[in-house]
Amino acid sequence: MTLDWKLGGVLLGVVFFAAVLLVKPIGVSTQFVILDGIVADAVNPDFITQTEDGYTSTNAYMAKSSGKYAKSAANPLNYSFIFVLAMAAGAALSAFSRGGVGRAEKRLPQIWEANFGDTPWKRYAVAFLGGFVVLYGARLAGGCTSGHMMSGMMQTALSGYIFAAGAFAAAIPTAMMMYKEG
Amino acid sequence: MEILLAIVIGVAFGAVLDRIGATNPNVISGMLTLRRIKLMKTILLAIGTGSILMFGGQMLGLVDVGHMSVKAAYIGVFIGGLMLGAGWAASGFCPGTGVCAAATGRRDALFFIAGGLLGAAAYMATYPAWKASGLLNDIAGGKVTLGSVPGASYDGIFAVSGDILGIVLGLVFVLVAFVLPDNLTGQKRPAELPAE
Repeated sequence: MTLDWKLGGVLLGVVFFAAVLLVKPIGVSTQFVILDGIVADAVNPDFITQTEDGYTSTNAYMAKSSGKYAKSAANPLNYSFIFVLAMAAGAALSAFSRGGVGRAEKRLPQIWEANFGDTPWKRYAVAFLGGFVVLYGARLAGGCTSGHMMSGMMQTALSGYIFAAGAFAAAIPTAMMMYKEG
Repeated sequence: MEILLAIVIGVAFGAVLDRIGATNPNVISGMLTLRRIKLMKTILLAIGTGSILMFGGQMLGLVDVGHMSVKAAYIGVFIGGLMLGAGWAASGFCPGTGVCAAATGRRDALFFIAGGLLGAAAYMATYPAWKASGLLNDIAGGKVTLGSVPGASYDGIFAVSGDILGIVLGLVFVLVAFVLPDNLTGQKRPAELPAE
């Protein structure tokens, strides 16, 4: 069950507003870096180290901005990381309460099947490569659809508009070439 | 307290993303092929609503301007945007909706997350090269908003009231959301995917 777009749009806008009102603008993609940092530090305890005035890392990206990311990875019970876990829980609860995603759809989205037939492993490979490019791009840009496009444009940030221009300039032709059916 | 807010706002965000169809790659692909752009209307309305509430609240002194967080503008924002756009269209997921879709049981979304973790790690490893290239250097003032927001620590590009401009742009987003048709391709297509 999908909400009427008017109700859905107002609800989504209220959530983005509530985040700014109560804490700070919503963002997601940084937490992929934080989880990578948590894993890297578990494998190699020297990856993140505590200094006199905070945290640092052997990785220049984790150590940038006075070790802001290193600190978050060393203390995963922080607002932004818990936010993303809660977001996943919220989506799961919502999907469950509307009867769940169908078994066939979980295995392979309809639009993939309409264009490429019953080829789930091809789909998983594209999803994996897509994820790689999406997160590499999001980190290069300094934010994703949530942080740059939604939170950024809502605050009239110039960077949000630059990001949205780039994202749609690539997304629309790519989608049109790949998904002619469905 | 902050952790409690993270849980409440996070759960609400994930639930709304699911209920507007954003966790469904069929809906994302429908939007990006311009064949079914209801979700685009939803997003535009959300940006407009958020903007009007935030800037209106700031003008009335009900919203702390210090909670704004504006990201820097640099050439890499555009390049990264292009990359994200290509991957978004191919997979039907962006970082937030990919995590949410995996939570709803979609198997392909798990592969998206795995690829994403590797992509983020690859950026961490190659960050020094980007830094050295100069493509991460601020352009147009870096962390700037379009208008000058009173009390904010960010400069405005235009010497107009950032609050009022924010509300006006918010209204424009809402208006565009309402006037856009459901399909931008000009072809007659079924409104929804046929049932299996």
